[in-house]
Amino acid sequence: MQPSRDDFVIAIRSAFLSKSAQQRFSLLLLIFFSLVLISLSKFNFKGIDYIRMSFKEVAYRSSFIVSIPEKYIKIGYYSLMDHLQLYKNYQETKLELEILKSKELNNKYIIAENLRLKETIEEIKFSTEDIYAKVLLDKNSPFLKSFIINKGSRQKIKLGMAVLNKGYLVGKVVEVNFLTSRVLLLTDLNSKIPVNIEPGAIQSIMSGTGSDNGKIQYFKDQKNISEENIVYTSGAGGVFKSGIPIGKIELDENKNIQVNFFTDFSQLRYVKISLYEALN
Amino acid sequence: MVKFQKKKITYEILKSFPIILLFVSVLNELDLNYLNFKYFSFNFPFILVFYFSLKKSDSLGYGFIFIAGLFNDAVNGLPIGLSSLSYLLVCGFAAYLRNITLRPDLIKDWLFFLMTICVTNSLIYFLIVVFFKVNLNYLDYIFNILFTFLFYIIFAYFFDIYQRFVFKKEND
Repeated sequence: MQPSRDDFVIAIRSAFLSKSAQQRFSLLLLIFFSLVLISLSKFNFKGIDYIRMSFKEVAYRSSFIVSIPEKYIKIGYYSLMDHLQLYKNYQETKLELEILKSKELNNKYIIAENLRLKETIEEIKFSTEDIYAKVLLDKNSPFLKSFIINKGSRQKIKLGMAVLNKGYLVGKVVEVNFLTSRVLLLTDLNSKIPVNIEPGAIQSIMSGTGSDNGKIQYFKDQKNISEENIVYTSGAGGVFKSGIPIGKIELDENKNIQVNFFTDFSQLRYVKISLYEALN
Repeated sequence: MVKFQKKKITYEILKSFPIILLFVSVLNELDLNYLNFKYFSFNFPFILVFYFSLKKSDSLGYGFIFIAGLFNDAVNGLPIGLSSLSYLLVCGFAAYLRNITLRPDLIKDWLFFLMTICVTNSLIYFLIVVFFKVNLNYLDYIFNILFTFLFYIIFAYFFDIYQRFVFKKEND
């Protein structure tokens, strides 16, 4: 027998409107409530902001506790991978160390010279306030590249602060709660950072790709950029101090310019949050 | 007497297993993202909500599903209410399928699940991109749907075992 239109309407009505003995709320009522919440989120309704913030505090803390077993599995997985690649890593590190030793001497001289020159041209100096935070949650979600840290407005975290790991930029603070904050990683599709590509002092914008690398946008001549160029923050826009290292340029098979980040974002445990303020 | 009470507590815990699993999965995101397989991700709450709304509707209360969605939004940084809406829509589709089904068939449920997650994810994608103006990688979403669909049959098998073990019967 062909199901008639009436059967369809009855089935829909029964599914969405009627509530069974075990259900306290009807489905349609809760869907309506969700839509109201979405609309309030969109229009940044002030009244629910506080409720939302406290709800997030509870969710982050509970999520941290619930994630503990998976975190141990994750750590075990990474240490197993590290062990399997130990010899290869050792050889590579040995070679790198030799090169770095020779470069270090040059660097010391260049840093001293740079400081002297900056004083000569009276460039703005920055004062830095550093706050160290623990990564509470790092979901590595494919849709939003971000993580939660255990410092919030109570510890004077502010929106837009730079987040660093071992001196390399990893992202910026995009949401501040009382005890926690959310950091948007450089790899997120919505991350846009003004950068400087050296050597050559090429100014550009680096955006995230949603995967493990970044993308360079808005530059005139691609020929000036080659592999092994280093990407630094440019300081344009005043969000970050200039010269924070980000990553290395890489060209893919199609000669597209990509940024290979210095930091492995899946391995972040502790980060440094810095607010750069210009000294008068 | 003590033995009887212990048995009752164990039964209650086992009965609440879907709710516990739902909250653990939204708070912990059981999606094996750390394996770093390109494009690999799946939506476990969708599988759980669809299966139990279809087979044992009294196992998961709509109120709990709604709250679980709010937790998921907070953890993933999504606008509050989006995941709740998607979970409740999945519930609605499952309830509709339950109402029109006379003879349950796993393959038909599976295909209906594909249609459900396609419609729900399209709506959520639309809301995120058009309403909230946030960039999303469309390909990630497609693969998420594909893996969620593929994993349904595996998890359905395990949930069937759980149901037989706890309720000593197939389903509603």
